[in-house]
Amino acid sequence: MAGIVRQRVFKNTYRDSVELMRIATEVEHLPGITRAGIVMGTEANREVLAQAGLLPAEAAATRASDLIVAVAAESEEAGTAALERAAAALSGPARPDRGAEAAVPATTLHDALAEMPDANLALVSTPGTYATAEALKALKRGLHVFLFSDNVPVADEVALKDLAERKGLLLMGPDCGTAILDGVPLGFANVVRRGQIGLVGASGTGLQQVSCLIDRLGEGVSQVIGVGGRDLDERVAGRMTLAALRRLAADGGTAVIVVISKPPAPAVAERVMAAVRECPKPVVVNFLGWAGDGTAASASTFEDAALDAVARLRGVGRDTLALGTPERHEQSCVKPRLAPGQAEIRGLYCGGSLAGEAKLVLRRALGDRSAERVTVIDLGDDEYTVGRPHPMIDPRLRNQWIVDAGRDPKVAVILLDVVLGYNAHPDPAAALVPAIDHARREARTAGRDLVVVASVCGTPGDPQNLQRQQATLTGCGVWLAPSNAEAARLTASVLTGAAGVMPEHSSGASRPSPGDHAGNRHGV
Amino acid sequence: MASNHVHHGSTILTDGIRAVNIGLAGFADPIRAHGGACTQVQWQPPAEGDRAVGLRLAYLEDDPDDRAGALVGRANAEAVRRISEGHPVAVDVRTAADVIPGMTSRTLLHAGPPILWERMCGPMRGAVIGAALLEGWAATPEEAGALAGRGAIDFAPCHEHATVGPMAGIVSPSMPVIVVENQASGNRAFSNLNEGIGKMLRYGAYDETVLERLRWFATTLGPVLGRALRSAPVDLRDLTARALQMGDECHNRNVAGTSLFIRAIAPALVRTAPADAAAVLEFMRGNDHFYLNFSMAACKATLDAAHGLEGSSVVTAMARNGVEFGIRVSGTGDAWFVAPASVPDGLYFPGYGAQDANPDIGDSAITETCGIGGFAMAAAPAIVRFIGGTPVDAVAFTRSMYRITLGRSPAYVVPSLGFVGTPTAIDVRRVVESSVVPVIDTGIAHRAPGIGQIGAGITSAPRGCFAAALHALGRRLGVEAAA
Repeated sequence: MAGIVRQRVFKNTYRDSVELMRIATEVEHLPGITRAGIVMGTEANREVLAQAGLLPAEAAATRASDLIVAVAAESEEAGTAALERAAAALSGPARPDRGAEAAVPATTLHDALAEMPDANLALVSTPGTYATAEALKALKRGLHVFLFSDNVPVADEVALKDLAERKGLLLMGPDCGTAILDGVPLGFANVVRRGQIGLVGASGTGLQQVSCLIDRLGEGVSQVIGVGGRDLDERVAGRMTLAALRRLAADGGTAVIVVISKPPAPAVAERVMAAVRECPKPVVVNFLGWAGDGTAASASTFEDAALDAVARLRGVGRDTLALGTPERHEQSCVKPRLAPGQAEIRGLYCGGSLAGEAKLVLRRALGDRSAERVTVIDLGDDEYTVGRPHPMIDPRLRNQWIVDAGRDPKVAVILLDVVLGYNAHPDPAAALVPAIDHARREARTAGRDLVVVASVCGTPGDPQNLQRQQATLTGCGVWLAPSNAEAARLTASVLTGAAGVMPEHSSGASRPSPGDHAGNRHGV
Repeated sequence: MASNHVHHGSTILTDGIRAVNIGLAGFADPIRAHGGACTQVQWQPPAEGDRAVGLRLAYLEDDPDDRAGALVGRANAEAVRRISEGHPVAVDVRTAADVIPGMTSRTLLHAGPPILWERMCGPMRGAVIGAALLEGWAATPEEAGALAGRGAIDFAPCHEHATVGPMAGIVSPSMPVIVVENQASGNRAFSNLNEGIGKMLRYGAYDETVLERLRWFATTLGPVLGRALRSAPVDLRDLTARALQMGDECHNRNVAGTSLFIRAIAPALVRTAPADAAAVLEFMRGNDHFYLNFSMAACKATLDAAHGLEGSSVVTAMARNGVEFGIRVSGTGDAWFVAPASVPDGLYFPGYGAQDANPDIGDSAITETCGIGGFAMAAAPAIVRFIGGTPVDAVAFTRSMYRITLGRSPAYVVPSLGFVGTPTAIDVRRVVESSVVPVIDTGIAHRAPGIGQIGAGITSAPRGCFAAALHALGRRLGVEAAA
């Protein structure tokens, strides 16, 4: 049979002969290989190779410490492939094989990259003191970073974002609660259908609310990029917002972009708006409560942002869109019996941005009266979370506030947000029920009605399931709204005495554009 | 026109999400549930919680786009290459003064980082006295001590003269030393000849039997071995590789290495020195550790070739003088970074205990620096019995060393770990970050001079040396201000 003989010599490489025979057997079984020999380069071994027809006359001289791989092959390709296989087998595994002993867990990024050399993303949720170093190492190793940690100095944030920018990487955070990259939820994210709307946001629960409402409207998100709460302040100057905007502008799967933040510093707002004007795609700018500068679509609430984005995507008017009507319990149709002096609203929130939106909507609805009547508390604020878990995870703190509000004769309505998604409480509605029941029972015993209004920020795909959570809440007499903004308007309507007409208003299909006359709609 | 169909055209991470999760374990769940891969880091504060050190470490992380990060990455890759390709061959045995660079007629080399007579431990003082007697500088031990005390001896670390010595590591001008040539880079390294276990100079013994043996080294053993090696050099890369597959780790267990060496050199010995061959073979046969000094010089020759690479954070020497543990790093020049030496954890010969032990001493940790010794303990499970461990512990020691090393030796492999190369090229950054410190096999010397070895065991390098080295490297690369 016509064949070829190929050899490779590994200088100064000793392996035990048993190991060499094993590798030779492996190589000999490769297609197109008729014979293989792998031996140390002693005279005796060369003689063995020669007798096997594996040592051509022109073979290079070797020493006893050299290792010879020789193959007889049917073709050049087969010979080359066999030599490569032998070389790979000789170089051994990159890491020690996992023995019977427990695997050693990775304790550093370096360890983890040894296990997963092609990693492309790092999630950092260490104490803030150490987070800069972890994020820096990840960026230097070429990974995008989801930086959940807070208490990162702003100078570090600027340095990290500059580095990310130079490397073309995303630095999402610090204090970034949520993101959805390529359909994969990160941190506190909801299971939102994939689609063509790309979100960039400095607000975690804002991004969750907008993405969930987009899902509810039948559309989906291409990417949800959190940038951290300070990205649009003067010092950070929108670095990551602008980078994410450019990325989404260039992204083939994104048709409409939404930018979400608290109102930024004016100079930063101008930079962002300049980028928005240059963007070839429609951009909905949602600086909470900001009326816009007249040059781009400006949505003042998260609800507006979701509706605007879907309307832009579909090329339809916003008034054709409906957020839908969640099931409501009979009780919600009954006008509450408010006792004299029962004139206050107590908003008890776990989402900071949702609390901000509620304040905004209530102020618009109630005008001057809101100042003394409305208290909206973000229980996720640092002030309340020192030494205890976030209320999105642990309901105990908020439940205590609910019970206290029920005892307060001035409180007419308790307004709540219920946030679903990964890493939130596994059954947040059920966790609220005992406190709500308790508060309402005490109020009733004292001869007054207590209205509890809530919205659920979530999707049917979330681990907690939107419908199940809503059913639990209506089951204990909570008035449910399809969005946080609508919940705030509903709350305001109790004070303005319009709550009885609520069922008609509950259908978003025929209502005017939300946001522009929110106060009038329930108030007149 | 509703666009309800699903779009998947949008990608940021083209190969799918492959995430490293540093912190809250729950963050891995959604990634895995949605088809991404996620590796969990059991995170601990780096650098034992020192934020500033942790940051300096981060700034020194590899990064092709950054001046310091690129330099460190490149220099370390070169260091790993040189260590991997190191090809030590024993070529000769010669008189120290004739071959060791910078050795004067009044030089005594010692183990570990620099130290003067005043601070030397008992065993090292004993060895100095013995060497002064051997050289004829003094007639009595008292005279020798006085000589050393008034500064008449030039002390220098072996390591600064391309030399390594076990325990006290005293090398005097007339002693025969092994000459090892690194054929990959041309540099040479030296070590004295191993005397055996018990009352020996390297443990600070200097009675007449000790000196008599050393005189025989100079008149017979050295010259005879030298002639044999000149006629038949011994490839130490090859020999060490074989010994590792025979249950040695080539630091504290050298039975296979010594046997292989005897096998390699015997024909040349008989050929070149027929009259003395039997006595020389007899001596080597009676000393299971004879190969240790060859192993050490081989490692030194390999590592010296990787020293002096600007920016490299690879450790090129770990050594102890019985008072301090010191390391040298490729990218920080001649500086030593030291911390107090600790007493090894080990087994003692009958009648001795930890109270008798001298703190860690000797240059033999050069083997661990090169990726054998304690780093190859999985290849030599018998060693772990010194601390009452099991073969599983031996494997665990070796496994943990992969966390602090950058390379896998292409020459030295561990059969029990699937023939993986031993962990080589210790990275100062990895040690500081992980708080995993190099593990070292070692003999234990009695704290009083002249008593000798009283046990053997396992010790570890103190963390402080590595933090100090990292600091110096950061300053040298100008990244300190960034932290």
